[in-house]
Amino acid sequence: MHLIAENLAARRGEDLIFVNVSFHLQAGEALILTGKNGSGKSTLLRVVAGLLRAEKGSVTVSDSVDGERRPAAEASHYLGHRNAMKTELTVAENLDFWRSFLGPGKAAGLSTEEAAEAVGLPGITHLPFGYLSAGQQRRFAFAKLLVAHRPVWILDEPTAALDASADKLFAGLIETHRREGGIVIAATHQPLGLENARELRMTGFAGVEQGVWE
Amino acid sequence: MTALFLRDIRLSIRAGGGALIGILFFLTIVAVIPFGVGPDLALLSRIGPAIVWIGALLAALLGLDRLFQAERDDGSLDLMLMQETPLVLTVLVKCAAHWTATSLPLVIASPLLGLFMNMNETAIGATMLTLLVGSPAITFIGAVGAAVAVALPRGGLLVSVLILPLTIPVLIFGVSATYAAVVGPSPFLPPFLILIALTLFFAVIGPAAAALALRNTAD
Repeated sequence: MHLIAENLAARRGEDLIFVNVSFHLQAGEALILTGKNGSGKSTLLRVVAGLLRAEKGSVTVSDSVDGERRPAAEASHYLGHRNAMKTELTVAENLDFWRSFLGPGKAAGLSTEEAAEAVGLPGITHLPFGYLSAGQQRRFAFAKLLVAHRPVWILDEPTAALDASADKLFAGLIETHRREGGIVIAATHQPLGLENARELRMTGFAGVEQGVWE
Repeated sequence: MTALFLRDIRLSIRAGGGALIGILFFLTIVAVIPFGVGPDLALLSRIGPAIVWIGALLAALLGLDRLFQAERDDGSLDLMLMQETPLVLTVLVKCAAHWTATSLPLVIASPLLGLFMNMNETAIGATMLTLLVGSPAITFIGAVGAAVAVALPRGGLLVSVLILPLTIPVLIFGVSATYAAVVGPSPFLPPFLILIALTLFFAVIGPAAAALALRNTAD
């Protein structure tokens, strides 16, 4: 499994926010995006996830078996700032929904209880998602990545609103995913404590002086 | 996809869901008409089918703006956009769930409201049948408006204003089919078949247009 980004450029409003971003990640590799606020970390992640159209360039994943290139979005989990869980439904209903919505035809993930245990919150999946604290909600949002298998994880500030033990727990889960051949791209301010992670420093507008693209 | 359907139904009947609001609104509109028109039973039964149809149309428009906005607010829409499953299919299933949760109860409640309007059995039956056949079209048209206005913070009224002109044909043929069944002399079948055609047409156009609009509201 390879994730290949070639000459990406993206625009926010009138301004190009980055140009010529390329990277090539192999199975088991992790890429950490750093940089100050507004430097384009989230924009790059949304471009990789296919949620924003790239001004130039492309992001594809290719299978090591047949080498066929597909859009990266289909092979990815995206964990953004928002948790993508319904506050009216219970945690179990939320996770069950995402498993069957994300799951069909793909390798199955963990069961709801197993996923809750993996994020350190077993036994409260019967509660409505809205009753939980911000940190617990974030943990269950992360559990969503475990209920259906996707080789690429795109994480935008995964550890916002989390305590130190959850930081460590997430780092462990990400390491496990990498050992199983997964690819991780994460934007973060705190060091996640990943081994051998490559780093991409986003510089924002300072690096883009060409102005408007033809 | 079944999971999405069940989830949306569940969401609409839980607290804050739109299912009950629509029925209450429908009830309110139709219930105040007799007070405004006065105790003229003949007049009431004559305008009854039209009033029930207008009430159902407005009630169906009521919750439509939240169809995609709620998904966008909590980030679920991002994940739906990323899937291999065609977005058109996702939109179609969401429309079906929305119709089952909000418009089907209106159809079921319409006979009761028909009694308020002094309508006879034929009129009640015809109204219910045309509503059943015509209301999916309103949902499919509404999905387009909801998708266009998904990024607007107060898009609710805008959605209704955008799609109301497009729902006028549905209203016209729905009401004229009902009247044809009740008073004649024009036959019932032609307007009724056009109503079915409208629903089928918008079942194809609506989800496709809504999916296109959702894809292009990148933010």
